[in-house]
Amino acid sequence: MKNSIAALYLIVVAFNFSCGQDTANQVATISDTPFTPELLVEDVAIPWGIAFLPDGSMLITEKSGELILFKDGQKNTLSNVPEVYSRGQGGLLDVAVHPDYENNGWIYLSYASEEGEEKGGHTAFTRAKISDNSLTNSQLLYKGSPNTTKGQHFGSRIEFDDKGYVYLSIGERGARDDNPQDITRDGGKIYRFYDDGRIPEDNPFVGTEGAKTAIYSYGHRNPQGLIKNPKTGDIWDNEHGPKGGDEINIIKPGANYGWPVITYGVNYSGTPITDKTAMDGMEQPIHYWLPSIAPSGMAFITTDNYGADWNGSLLVGSLKFQYLELLKLNGTKVTDRIELIKGLGRVRDVVQGPDGLIYVGVEGKGVYKLVPKK
Amino acid sequence: MKIFLTSYILAVIGLSLYFFQDPALEASMQRGNEIYADFCVTCHLEAGEGVVSTFPPLAKSDYLLQNRAASIRGVKFGQQAEIVVNGVTYNSAMPSPGLEDDEIADVMNYILNSWGNTSDKIVTVEEVEAIQK
Repeated sequence: MKNSIAALYLIVVAFNFSCGQDTANQVATISDTPFTPELLVEDVAIPWGIAFLPDGSMLITEKSGELILFKDGQKNTLSNVPEVYSRGQGGLLDVAVHPDYENNGWIYLSYASEEGEEKGGHTAFTRAKISDNSLTNSQLLYKGSPNTTKGQHFGSRIEFDDKGYVYLSIGERGARDDNPQDITRDGGKIYRFYDDGRIPEDNPFVGTEGAKTAIYSYGHRNPQGLIKNPKTGDIWDNEHGPKGGDEINIIKPGANYGWPVITYGVNYSGTPITDKTAMDGMEQPIHYWLPSIAPSGMAFITTDNYGADWNGSLLVGSLKFQYLELLKLNGTKVTDRIELIKGLGRVRDVVQGPDGLIYVGVEGKGVYKLVPKK
Repeated sequence: MKIFLTSYILAVIGLSLYFFQDPALEASMQRGNEIYADFCVTCHLEAGEGVVSTFPPLAKSDYLLQNRAASIRGVKFGQQAEIVVNGVTYNSAMPSPGLEDDEIADVMNYILNSWGNTSDKIVTVEEVEAIQK
């Protein structure tokens, strides 16, 4: 009897496993890549975020707190950058440039900050202008609270949509049972603002008593990828799950992405978090990674620079397996996964530059440019 | 009789070691376990096994057990240097985790006394304070 139970269990496990390993959950390698990686910006320990100014110069955040302006082949460190809380996963995080930068000069930063009463830190969101290699006109737009000394899950990415809004992700700060499902608390959320930090009147929880009204969606764990889909205008995220639960989601107003009530992952120790992967009223990811790749950074290829076949594909960095992943899409369905630049290092960010080429931030190295082969 | 006596004495020593472990070390390890789960586990993994060629193992790591001061320095200030651990070369950067000295002592005591590692001397806050960059 005991043996037959064990056998049944094994069959069920094997069946589930084989079903989980469809093509969307197997990463392929290719022998002939259509590009050569070229180390463009050297010696950046952790290039956390990358953004381009209209003149083609590049802003790079280094996690420990340096903001680098790379222009005409020269690295300049900007002064007057907000002080960051360097602990665990916290530090200087993302940088973004306003879509109308030419006229208004605003850049946006997210970072871990000690601002506030309590000991510890939480994710902050600031905009500023650049003048003579220094930040000026700094305005703190949002600050998560309360601070905590936990080292985990600050997020964070910044992205603009086509309608004048700016989105910010904040991770659940290592308090999965307190933050992600509670819209009166910060963390485990994606937020939406006007570009000056005001909260849009039609944000989904405006009018809900006690709610943090900047919240746009909730039930997230630690989103470190945020990108506008250039075809639909929708905002997509990728987020670190627990072991086996990394996800890509399409962000909808007021939606609950389920963490930690539903997840495809388990604790790092292998013990279960929940037996549920789906529930009414909670969103399903369009993709989850098995095993986890530890995703960071996200970009769409919108040109034929790397071949027409790759136009419209999604790129995601893998911290854990140290490669850049190309995900081919059919609408919102992942059809194929390809492993690129394996072994260069932990891929922290990926962006498509104004020249239509792909730039990749690699820890311990700097920023690589993927130069198309003729 | 001789064999009996030897095993008897050994058993007594073993049991007293088991029952009278340093309570200060125990408490420090317990706090260190929480620090480990927050700051270290994503790379060095649950059983300190690491990832070959990427994140060095801590479990039964010759580097860790033979380079106590350098290991504390790495946790205190971060580390970017080529090291060889159990015959495998590692060259990934470890950013400074930003821990307080007491937290570093706790997490060192945890990793030095877990997964088959043993250390005969407790890491104290004073020892961590004395380590310079």
